[in-house]
Amino acid sequence: MILCYTTSFMGNALNYCVGFIVVPFENGISKVGYYMANRAEQLSTIRELLDENEELKARVEELTTENTLLQQDKYELIVLRELYNLDNEYSSYEKTGARVISRDAGNWYTTFIVDKGARDGIEIDMNVMAEGGLVGRVTATGAHWAQVKSIIDDDSYVSSQILSNSDILMVTGDLELYERGVIAFSQLVDSDDEVTAGAKVVTSNISDKYLPGILIGYVDTISPDSNNITKSGTIRPAVDFKHVSDVLIIMKRKDVAEDD
Amino acid sequence: MIKKIIAAVLGVWLCFILQSTVFSGIKLGNTVPNLLIILTACFGFMEGEIFGLLVGFSCGALMDVFFSSFNGFYALIFMYLGYLNGKFRNIFYPEDIKLPLGLIICSDVAYGLSCYVFLFLLRGRFDFGFYAGHVIVPEVIATVILSLLAYPIILKVHKAVQPQLH
Repeated sequence: MILCYTTSFMGNALNYCVGFIVVPFENGISKVGYYMANRAEQLSTIRELLDENEELKARVEELTTENTLLQQDKYELIVLRELYNLDNEYSSYEKTGARVISRDAGNWYTTFIVDKGARDGIEIDMNVMAEGGLVGRVTATGAHWAQVKSIIDDDSYVSSQILSNSDILMVTGDLELYERGVIAFSQLVDSDDEVTAGAKVVTSNISDKYLPGILIGYVDTISPDSNNITKSGTIRPAVDFKHVSDVLIIMKRKDVAEDD
Repeated sequence: MIKKIIAAVLGVWLCFILQSTVFSGIKLGNTVPNLLIILTACFGFMEGEIFGLLVGFSCGALMDVFFSSFNGFYALIFMYLGYLNGKFRNIFYPEDIKLPLGLIICSDVAYGLSCYVFLFLLRGRFDFGFYAGHVIVPEVIATVILSLLAYPIILKVHKAVQPQLH
């Protein structure tokens, strides 16, 4: 016992032997243990991850919905801002309301008679709007009536532009096309192919009868002409011409408005 | 004679108002029947060439003032129609509806054709088939239906304003 206490003759050998016999096993076992522990940990981690994943998925869904809503809001904001701008532009002109009292007696044209005339300050070539879009212009006046020639009439031409890129085009009324609810446009250059269906068309600033920036409608179809320089197609007017009952007449003529 | 003139003036006035408000508002099958053609043709073959011509001119002039881009276009067409219808006064018998109906149809077709030729064809609209099928023929059909209703009324007026035979 004393020997044991005082010397360590067995120690090294034992250590060595034990070291030889045990440590590898320990190593192995601990490796297995670690492995097992790792596995267990991994498993628990996987379980956690799965839970987390589910949570995240839910969150992603939530965010996507939110994002979509925000995008919609943003789109709405853009549209509303545009409308606001348009309205600002329109509202700078003085307008007067008038009621449509009769329509063309034949089937060839879509002319209206409204219940305000020269005595109410209406003059020839004043622009007429309804539902926020362009209806046409005054072509004749009496004391208390005015004739409005609509832009869908077969012999009416409106110089207009695409709102987004300001390309100039010519909008032509067409009896044949209006059976399908559209009117024709032509002479659009659009060399960058930017104009697609749905593009907004407004009156141009180079028109000599129509004030600039009044909504005409939206591009319905578009196709290149055979000369490969210009494009033509159809436009869906913003105004429902079959049910126009009240119109707004802008009390400013283009030629006079330019002078101010 | 005075009665006839009053009837003609009232007829033109009433028909134009009806035509430009009620009929163009209702639009039977998307077409407006042409009451003014019926009136012009009836006055033509009932009262003679001069009456037809004057009634036609008045109807056309009203159309020109309110709806046309050029002055005198409709007045001229309606005037010719009224005058030509007056040529048939001698073979017109009130009891027989075939001749009035035939004349109204011919008048409306002539009116539609002249509108097409002078207002559309001259501007390069060559698709006659479309305009005939979508504008002229539907208008003729609507006008025929309307004239079946309007003819008896106009005939009654015509008989009322005839000078009494002694």
